[in-house]
Amino acid sequence: MKQTTPNPNRLNHLRMLVSRFAFIVLVVASFALMLIGKADTMLVERVRTFMSDAVTPVAGLLSQPASTVSAVMDNMRELAAIREENSRLRDENARLLRWQTAARLLEAENDSLRGLLNFVPGPRASFVTARVVADTGGAFAHSLLVTAGGRELVEKGQAAVSGEGLVGRVIEAGHRSSRVLLLTDINSRIPVSVGNARARAILAGDNTERPRLLYLRSQVRVQPGDRVTTSGDAGAFPPGLPVGVVTSVDDGDVRVEPYFQRDKLEYLRIVDYGLMGVLTDIDPGASRPSASGDLR
Amino acid sequence: MQPSFWQRMNGASRHQLPLVLTLILMLVSMVPTRLPDFMSISPMLTVISVYYWAVYRPDLMGYGSVFLIGVLEDLMAATPLGAGPVSLLVTQGIVMSQAKFFRGKSFAVTWWAFLLVAAAAAVAKWMAVALVQISVPSGAAVLATYGMTVAFYPVVAWIMARFQLAILREV
Repeated sequence: MKQTTPNPNRLNHLRMLVSRFAFIVLVVASFALMLIGKADTMLVERVRTFMSDAVTPVAGLLSQPASTVSAVMDNMRELAAIREENSRLRDENARLLRWQTAARLLEAENDSLRGLLNFVPGPRASFVTARVVADTGGAFAHSLLVTAGGRELVEKGQAAVSGEGLVGRVIEAGHRSSRVLLLTDINSRIPVSVGNARARAILAGDNTERPRLLYLRSQVRVQPGDRVTTSGDAGAFPPGLPVGVVTSVDDGDVRVEPYFQRDKLEYLRIVDYGLMGVLTDIDPGASRPSASGDLR
Repeated sequence: MQPSFWQRMNGASRHQLPLVLTLILMLVSMVPTRLPDFMSISPMLTVISVYYWAVYRPDLMGYGSVFLIGVLEDLMAATPLGAGPVSLLVTQGIVMSQAKFFRGKSFAVTWWAFLLVAAAAAVAKWMAVALVQISVPSGAAVLATYGMTVAFYPVVAWIMARFQLAILREV
């Protein structure tokens, strides 16, 4: 009788010790994983692409109802405002037609000037369109999973573009899926040029909706409303891709609102501009003039 | 009477419910909701799930499963590897070490306690991310995520409770 009573207690105690030990071991293992993630990025990337390839079909199914619901909501909203929308569009159409004439004129002028200058056109861009099936990371990382990968010739480093402008770039390309790092992510650094003065800067994400401009020269005056486009420096992106608008200038802290809306991203174009990223240099003379001809 | 093989199988598979539900929540949190400004402050659903099961059925999900969920989440969300398991282990560790406090408490008290536990989880993840990336991500976004997580707790807990009643009532 004496021996039976302390046994469950001792067992419980032992169980608690084992559990505490497991806790400590796993916390240490988490920190070890952080080190591995820093040290062997290739390995981690391979595991990540494997995982995203595996999960993309499921995520595709899951994201279907969400987009259906939002489509229905949009439909209802549009029906309610169809009259005002119509008159607004008519105005816009008239304005755009005037712009079209201007663009035609400029295009013709551009063509003849290029002919005069023996201009060598940059490599032709090719693209694939992919559906966004997952938006991951929450406040800790901003990235998307899209349904195009190596079999569609998507490669790491290519630009992801929506109708509004640059969204980000491909950081991992699996077989049938790839991951796009949004330009708002803390790891995103994009060479841009700002305003009419085309001042060079780096657009750096910090996991908020409004990334910051870094390395802007102090003489350069930047105002809210200035347009930000890719500069084409380092050959990461072609010059002239629309990125966003400067929204606030506060004592050296310049914030940019990207043109793309994260909640509206349903399809993305993954564009191969034939640029090999930061490793190979491109002929700056060949790519720069094409940027100055864009309309605003 | 000894339970038959199938009875044991039945029990064992029902016992996987917390793990399966947490994995499903992880996938759900990746779905692009078309709500403006929602995705950058989306709630940490797995933290809610881990907390819920640690409070109500601590016998069903051990530290090992929680670690695994954290690693999977990091791999899928492209957050620095290791940040997910740290925050989930912190969540479970706090609840497990205060098991006496949580026993038989009302929903309001559990929610109130979640306020504190989720704060610890968010701070742990924030610090882990900052440690790996050697730059501090926006604190405002993390604070908003924390708020969203606390706000989503009743909904997720209600759904979990339905499942618990339906599947784990007898086992």
